[in-house]
Amino acid sequence: MWEQVRSNQTRSVILVIGMGALLLLLGYFLGIYFFDSGTVGLIFALILWIIMSLVAYFQGDSILLAMSGARKIGPDDHQRLYNVVEEMKIASGLEAMPSIYIIDDPALNAFATGRAPEKASVAITSGLLQKLNRDELQGVIGHEMAHIKNRDVLLMAMCSVMLGTIVILAWYASRALFFGGLGRTRRSSSSGRGGSGQIIILVVAIVLMILAPIMAQLIYFAVSRKREYLADASSALYTRYPEGLASALEKIAASPDQLKSANQATAPMYIINPFRKQGMAASDFTSTHPPISERVRILRSMAGASFADYALAYRQARSGAQAVLPTAAVATAGAVPLRAVQPEAKELGEVQRARETSSLLWQLNNYRTVNCLCGTTLRLPPTFKDPSIRCPHCGRINPV
Amino acid sequence: MVAVYIVIGIVVILLIIFIATYNSLVRLRNQVKNAWAQIDVQLKRRHDLIPNLVETVRGYMKHERETMEAVTKARALAQQVASAGAGERAKAEGELGAALTRLLAVAERYPDLKANQNFLALQEELTSTENKISFSRQFYNDSVLKYNNQTQMFPSNIIASMTGFKPGEFFEVTVAEEREAPKVSFT
Repeated sequence: MWEQVRSNQTRSVILVIGMGALLLLLGYFLGIYFFDSGTVGLIFALILWIIMSLVAYFQGDSILLAMSGARKIGPDDHQRLYNVVEEMKIASGLEAMPSIYIIDDPALNAFATGRAPEKASVAITSGLLQKLNRDELQGVIGHEMAHIKNRDVLLMAMCSVMLGTIVILAWYASRALFFGGLGRTRRSSSSGRGGSGQIIILVVAIVLMILAPIMAQLIYFAVSRKREYLADASSALYTRYPEGLASALEKIAASPDQLKSANQATAPMYIINPFRKQGMAASDFTSTHPPISERVRILRSMAGASFADYALAYRQARSGAQAVLPTAAVATAGAVPLRAVQPEAKELGEVQRARETSSLLWQLNNYRTVNCLCGTTLRLPPTFKDPSIRCPHCGRINPV
Repeated sequence: MVAVYIVIGIVVILLIIFIATYNSLVRLRNQVKNAWAQIDVQLKRRHDLIPNLVETVRGYMKHERETMEAVTKARALAQQVASAGAGERAKAEGELGAALTRLLAVAERYPDLKANQNFLALQEELTSTENKISFSRQFYNDSVLKYNNQTQMFPSNIIASMTGFKPGEFFEVTVAEEREAPKVSFT
């Protein structure tokens, strides 16, 4: 069942090596152009990349969580969410319980982060928490748990760092080239090489400067899209209920809100692309995620919950497409039946879920709650120091 | 001399295969053990929740004594066989699960109870525990399947029988009631 982790790793490693080669090539030619020595450029690019990788490895998850404004919650803050995460942790066979974070944003999105399965975090927006019912929430958390279990999180973080390094190098080089001309004047005085050689190097450097970020981005997106399909398939396998994730994705797709705290580099970490445009098919090379409608269609046409069922549904959805999951993984799983649909009578309604979520957010912001006898709920900010408060509705004086 | 090297080479390769297979068997057996421990934790959690639930429900459901007693009895029985093998335990826990489902279904008919904050929290806890039990069972059975395949398939079965790896037992719920929809009697 877990062989796909290894086989997927080799495939991703090839793509990552390709990206690394691109980075070194860019560094080399920029070095030749600016410092008259390819080695200097190579070393410069390597040092920049190593520093950024180390930061991303040790601090990446906290940076990402801080950037998205996520707040950590405990088991008592939101019982249902904590339980669902624990259920998926058990289903995926993960050893440690991931930390759970809430992002106060009406947009519907979620992501997982952490360099190792033992130190992982799952973040979910408050909008998603109130829109989804239990089964849908389970599907989404299962998807994130699959990212953790398959070690996509670390891979994507390292990929995005490499992409970032390439973009930074190309950006600064282009500024220096067009506005400074610094390296050029120095070199023309120090070296006595012919003009035609210089022009060739200049052309190569400029072409690389323009193409490298685009190429790197395409590689990044290719890695990311594969990972999304695998995570969807794993989520279906964990929950035995692909319909949950499918209907969650539909709800997410229908929402017009965009996540404020996402940016280009962090986009592939989320369950859906935070920058998607309404009504766009986006089934092209420039998307971090497969189109939602296609993901939903694949999930809905699954006959069972195994990887083989997902692979079959995938082939049917995109007639004649090549395999999306590693063959070893598809072959190992036996027949896995789907879970029966459970009655939804006991579910909380959306209004109740919205109330639950907003009171969680008040609590996270250290607001105190006073329930007045007339039925009014008063929320007091942490700066409120008075010993009592007058209810604005009925005029009673309530002790704080 | 060449023949000696060849023999030594073959022996070394066989030894490496032996060690690798043995280690993977140990890893799988440990995974099965861990998965079993996980089921155990969840079953215990369910046993712990039941007295609380019965206590909360008692005040509201005076006419459902039979349903409540069935749950208490099933729990006592399940606790008795707590140290037995997977097969026997699965049966007792299946009965308990069925009795609980009935109790929660009956509770749907009491609006006062459903407004009780304590009951709602307990209900969420129970629903989740049921899910956790079935997810840990799912993971346990997957682990057992993988482990059994390894112990029974050639050539790892030779090493497994040499070093005493016994196939694991699946945790199957055999109670008919758990598969059916809960029956609610309107008497």
